[in-house]
Amino acid sequence: MRNHYLRLSGLEAVTFTPNSNFVNIGERTNVTGSKRFLELIKADRFDEALEVALDQVRGGAQIIDVNMDEGMIDAEAAMVKFLNLMASEPEIARVPVMIDSSKWNVIEAGLKCLQGKGIVNSISLKGGEEEFIRQAKLVKKYGAAVVVMAFDEEGQADTYERRISICERAYRILVDRVKFPPQDIIFDPNIFPMATGLEEHRNYALDFFRATEWIKKNLPHAKVSGGVSNVSFSFRGNQKVREAMHAAFLYHAIRSGMDMGIVNPTMLEVYDEIDKELLERVEDVLLNRRDDATERLLEFAERVKGSVKKKEADTSWRNGTVEERLTHSLVKGIIDYIDEDAEEARQKYGPLGVIEGPLMDGMNVVGDLFGAGKMFLPQVVKSARVMKKAVAYLTPFLEEEKRKSGNSGKPAARILLATVKGDVHDIGKNIVGVVLACNNYDVVDLGVMVPAEKILDSAIEQKVDIIGLSGLITPSLDEMVHVAKEMQRRKMKLPLLIGGATTSRIHTAVKIDPVYDGPVVHVLDASRSVPVVSEFISTQTREAAQRRFKEEYVKLREDHERRKEDKHYITLSEARQNKVAIDWQKEEIVKPSFLGNKVLLDFPLETLRNYIDWTPFFQTWMLAGRFPGILKDPVVGAEATKLYEDAQRFLDEIITNKSLRANGVVGFYPAVATHTDDVKLFSSNGSREELAVMHFLRQQNKKAKNLPNFCFSDFIAPEDSGKTDYLGLFAVTAGIGLEELVEKYRAAQDDYSEIMVKALADRLAEAFAECLHEKVRKEFWGYARDENLTNDELIAERYRGIRPAPGYPACPDHTEKRTLFDLLDAERQAGIRLTDSFAMYPASSVSGYYFASPHSKYFGLGKIDKDQVEEYALRKGMTVEEVERWLAPNLAYG
Amino acid sequence: MEKIGIPPFWALWKAYIKRRESMTIWDILRERILVLDGAMGTMIQRYALEEADFRGERFKDHPHALKGNNDLLSITRPDVIATIHREYLEAGADIIETNTFSSNSIAQADYGLQSICYEMNVESARLARKVADEFTAKDPTKPRFVAGAMGPTNKVASMSPDVNNPGYRAVTFDELTDAFMEQARGLLDGGVDVLLIETITDTLNAKAALFAIQTLFEERGKETPIMVSGTITDASGRTLSGQTTEAFLVSLSHVPLLSIGLNCALGASALRPYLQILNEQAPFYVSAYPNAGLPNEFGQYDQGPEEMAAQVEEYLKEGLVNILGGCCGTTPEHIRAIAELCKKYKPRMLAEQFA
Repeated sequence: MRNHYLRLSGLEAVTFTPNSNFVNIGERTNVTGSKRFLELIKADRFDEALEVALDQVRGGAQIIDVNMDEGMIDAEAAMVKFLNLMASEPEIARVPVMIDSSKWNVIEAGLKCLQGKGIVNSISLKGGEEEFIRQAKLVKKYGAAVVVMAFDEEGQADTYERRISICERAYRILVDRVKFPPQDIIFDPNIFPMATGLEEHRNYALDFFRATEWIKKNLPHAKVSGGVSNVSFSFRGNQKVREAMHAAFLYHAIRSGMDMGIVNPTMLEVYDEIDKELLERVEDVLLNRRDDATERLLEFAERVKGSVKKKEADTSWRNGTVEERLTHSLVKGIIDYIDEDAEEARQKYGPLGVIEGPLMDGMNVVGDLFGAGKMFLPQVVKSARVMKKAVAYLTPFLEEEKRKSGNSGKPAARILLATVKGDVHDIGKNIVGVVLACNNYDVVDLGVMVPAEKILDSAIEQKVDIIGLSGLITPSLDEMVHVAKEMQRRKMKLPLLIGGATTSRIHTAVKIDPVYDGPVVHVLDASRSVPVVSEFISTQTREAAQRRFKEEYVKLREDHERRKEDKHYITLSEARQNKVAIDWQKEEIVKPSFLGNKVLLDFPLETLRNYIDWTPFFQTWMLAGRFPGILKDPVVGAEATKLYEDAQRFLDEIITNKSLRANGVVGFYPAVATHTDDVKLFSSNGSREELAVMHFLRQQNKKAKNLPNFCFSDFIAPEDSGKTDYLGLFAVTAGIGLEELVEKYRAAQDDYSEIMVKALADRLAEAFAECLHEKVRKEFWGYARDENLTNDELIAERYRGIRPAPGYPACPDHTEKRTLFDLLDAERQAGIRLTDSFAMYPASSVSGYYFASPHSKYFGLGKIDKDQVEEYALRKGMTVEEVERWLAPNLAYG
Repeated sequence: MEKIGIPPFWALWKAYIKRRESMTIWDILRERILVLDGAMGTMIQRYALEEADFRGERFKDHPHALKGNNDLLSITRPDVIATIHREYLEAGADIIETNTFSSNSIAQADYGLQSICYEMNVESARLARKVADEFTAKDPTKPRFVAGAMGPTNKVASMSPDVNNPGYRAVTFDELTDAFMEQARGLLDGGVDVLLIETITDTLNAKAALFAIQTLFEERGKETPIMVSGTITDASGRTLSGQTTEAFLVSLSHVPLLSIGLNCALGASALRPYLQILNEQAPFYVSAYPNAGLPNEFGQYDQGPEEMAAQVEEYLKEGLVNILGGCCGTTPEHIRAIAELCKKYKPRMLAEQFA
């Protein structure tokens, strides 16, 4: 019956059925049985002691016996320490533990360390019934099986009769009075040394076999166990005889019904492979078959002394490449070879190269296995430990390298790292720590499960420059929000970096960034941490970085909001009712300093050069990173710096030779918004002659409360307000002459220069647009004459008014460019043409609208519904099909 | 003249009711699937409570921030907790959990509220008891039960929080036992019907809880049914402390439990293979209260009542469970859908060999 099977557990469960094979209990983690283990424990070398346990599991032990009973050892403390260490080694912790002690306090302390169901070895009637019952009850309450020694108030049972009578008495007390599950009772009927030369010992083995048979027959569900190596005690030092004795003893004991035994699996011969002569002599002793059995075995033992057979662990993985070996050590959590392998790899890669190369690769394998459910947390933690060991080994070399490269000054700055409260995961954080330390930062690592208070207190105490939070599990996301809120509450200003598997840029943007005014940055992986940190450390880049990230996250939030709501659409008329609410009677409308168009020919490139936003320039060259941080980027920094210097040289040349020219047109027109999202433009001579109509589109996704359905026409005073508003238009290019330049380089097959000048022309055109916008705000339109912003702030668009371009997210209809260009007469005046598909040529051109309203802002149109498309077609005088073609990506319907 | 007549209908009805009322949770579980309530935290979030709500008048000047200490609301905003209990009971829950997931001295140390743990448990238990009794009074044929929720605390006993010191333990078995003893004492004094050790991430913590509860039973000479519920962390099929479902079962089977089961971390579908293991091997009733799917990137749960119900229906079709409810992200709507389903199916049978 199933409920009478003995079931035990470590990290995995074991069920012992009547068909189960004999169960090996590893005995080498027993100070009374293993001299080596005793010495390791005495010397406090628990790491090596742990390897002994691991060895046994790998050698096939299904249960691990742990015994610390030795006069020189604090057995209770050693038991607790060793069991806790075993629990952290998943390969060992897999199997159940047998807590082996003759002292109850040691047993109880051990029971408090086992999450699985183990075995207590042992209790007995030695101290009387009362104590026996008390201990048995506690064993049951802690949830363990129990070994009962055949021992009573009179002493240890050494005959068949004493064995069975003590076992029966114990069984009845346990089953009837303690209600101990009978299948959880394991009897140890005492295995004594054989071939001692003493007459009274000659029946020991036979009596054991017979008692075992009796117990199995008469005490239902109870098991029998014993310490097998005792039997060969007289032959210590003679491996071959001992192995044979163990095998032969087990062979007979198992046939009698013995279920399990404390056996060193590496000290066990296969019964069938025992030398026939030796086997005969051993069995003569065990079965008490002849009077001279002991002498004959001793005589044989003399002959074979010293011929020890060695069994070795599988070390074939050591034959792999150093990279393979490092990965193997990391995945298996093997610490033994890590130093020598790290050294070998160091000679190949250099210290930092080992960390960033093979070690990171190995940790990636660990990460993948973990993600796939093929490794679990304790194993991963073990891998991390191996990683740390390797890094520890490499650290002096790193220092040395730093010293040599003269890079040994004070650490650049101090970074605090912590895995947040409730989370134990820290590999990513540790790697970040390593990478940062490798880059000369002083890393303060608070470890795992760190409460917010401690993080912030330590940050203040230790005067750190940046706080980095890590987490793997989902609740950590909330905890990070909590930390950010606390930072806000404490009025902290430190940059907060967010990293770890569950974290994401979007979560950071939507949940964390808004609760903290200081900079918040999601760091995708360890390799990104250095540039981000360096940006925030440098006083030159800090503020720009903060602004950039803040804005990036605002945009992400808006995008997210839009995507989230995209599923729900409202009708166009509903959307119009939810337009941007502006009280036009209270609005002050500034009249531009001139009306009509103004042409700017040969705009000075020296001026434009200062308005260049360099970040997209590097993106063009496939170098990821923000300017100017990218110049110091540890990975691409050198390349980026070279590129930047080249670009400056090219610019100098372009400006000196006037090989590129910048032209532009800007115009302002009296304007009013219609009820149908259009903007009517009037003649600049005050005649109210309608010159043109600009058509705009309105967001139709369902909005959260207080958020309008935007349309650009909302930023222009409506017809019925009685006010006259203005709309600005512009078209600029910096690509005049580009074609010739490109031809020249192409002829010389100089790809580099060709791409360079194209990229620079693009940048100059954008710079022109930015520069012109500033001129418009401060001078031409003049609604912000007092504006005083730096270039970074310009790039960050921290000014009043916007300059959206047709074809961009808020007004995706490219065909509107036609009207705009016609009004500006841009083709003739500035030399910018529109292609059939309304692309501008030269490509290095920018065109768009100017809205001056302080309410105006960029947005994304998102998807629009059929009702708006149909009405828009009517307004534009196009067919619905045409409109649908131009706006295909924006259609909410199929 | 003596009149012998048929007893009036109401007398029969009263007898029937009386029999129903005397049924224990053990009896009822033989007949039908019991519905456990859903998430408390998710419902509390809806109130968008602020620091002041958590503090109330009594903890106005408490030196630690208290926001987020949901269990404290049983004292400072009992109206909120009672309303949530009511919503779950209205949705059809047979068992409601007390608002005491973290009401132990180890978890409360974060808030500096160790000293009132006993009181927190008593108050939460009384609150749930009162609301459950209201519902039982309305319909005595459907008695409502109160389960005293005992979370795992915020420390684990068999793992080290320090990678460099794997032998270190942030909490000991004895400390856990003391904390759980105090909590269970409060819950029992407050009148719970069942003790529920839940969201077990480290089996050693649960063993400490069982040890504490057994000691308490010995002291009081009276036993209360115990439910235990573990948490399988991810696709590895293991608890946070590394145990398989089977090992988890074996490690806690030394106490005669009312039920063993799984909750949290996974959605209903992902939980099924592990429930199958319990179904096959557990000599106790089996419970399940999964999350409403997996959290999205904001840690929120998107799975709606219908979707979750469709997934748990698979359990019912296979006869895997005796007690069914919801964990993170579930709401009264989810529980209503689950309760409706449970009416249609027979409970899991305890295999004969366990009986």
